[in-house]
Amino acid sequence: MVCQKCAQDPVYEIPKANIQYCKTCFSEYFEHKVWKTIREYGLIEKNDHIGVAVSGGKDSMTLLYLLANFAKERRDIKITAIAIDEGIEGYRNRTLDGLKKFCGKEKINLRIFSYQEEFGKPLDIMVKKYPKACSVCGVLRRYLLNTKAKQLGITKLATGHNLDDEAQSVLMNQFRNNPAVSSRLGPITGVVQDAKFVKRIKPLYFLSEKETSTYAFLRGFMDTYIECPYASDSYRAQVRDMLYEFEAKFPGTKKNIIQSFLEVLPVLKSKYKAEMRYCQTCGEPSQNEQCKACQFIQILTEK
Amino acid sequence: MKVYIERTKEQKIIEAGDCKELLQKLKINPTTVLIARNGQLITEQTKLNSQDEIKLISVISGG
Repeated sequence: MVCQKCAQDPVYEIPKANIQYCKTCFSEYFEHKVWKTIREYGLIEKNDHIGVAVSGGKDSMTLLYLLANFAKERRDIKITAIAIDEGIEGYRNRTLDGLKKFCGKEKINLRIFSYQEEFGKPLDIMVKKYPKACSVCGVLRRYLLNTKAKQLGITKLATGHNLDDEAQSVLMNQFRNNPAVSSRLGPITGVVQDAKFVKRIKPLYFLSEKETSTYAFLRGFMDTYIECPYASDSYRAQVRDMLYEFEAKFPGTKKNIIQSFLEVLPVLKSKYKAEMRYCQTCGEPSQNEQCKACQFIQILTEK
Repeated sequence: MKVYIERTKEQKIIEAGDCKELLQKLKINPTTVLIARNGQLITEQTKLNSQDEIKLISVISGG
């Protein structure tokens, strides 16, 4: 088998379709899908200042690379990379090293905010008091990204979420009967417009984890595999493994989950278009009187 | 051929006619890995020979 476009050695095979691409044609296919998503869903508008949420991992590095190139051609678009250092010894410091080098080389403005500086302690210490690391980490990371993005004048926050991440989220919300949470998913998130909430955009939305990894490998972003020491026990990891098994048996499963979800998303958005409320402690957008971040901060700082 | 599984840091010696057979023998789900031969990506249908050095790279995010 050879690349169906140019007869070179293939690096990627689209399951079920029996299509193979060489590295050049695969990169074109991948980038075309990203630009198509940006265009069709209006993810980037004139004069946007895009904050790219980066961890140093393959997804966010791929996203940063693509959006930085996009900004070189669109002079009205500004890019700032934002990284959160949760304080996970032997993990985050290693992924941030590569990110710092890349941003220095590409002259990308990089801002790093840490749990230590913002909340007084790193995640490694927080988990001694609250052992559900993924819950506390996710909430505090989103809180910091939103507050810091506003301070930096960012108009949209781009994240490296791909097709796999979104299919997992859709299923998790189904399994937990959380349709209101699902209404906030999609290539551009948020149900209501609010000055206190920076919109999230997901340019890699229609690309699978394997496709993103292939592109990252070809661009040199697939560094040595490092796993977060808290990742393996999460609910998401179990849904992910189940979906991988299904995808192998029934190719196209994840894509089908997303396609059918996008059909019902307008209905969900319309149903859960509640008025935005604000946390009485910090003033950030929240569904409750006190946002999750403030609840965690209170628990974690109690003597 | 020599096979290195990056996620588990295992090194194995195994014979297979192509990548699909290799993954079947190792009981590895093909949607979860990239396959590299001498640093170049190859696909499931690529034929293999006993001199090849194969690296299986996990696509699963570590965080």
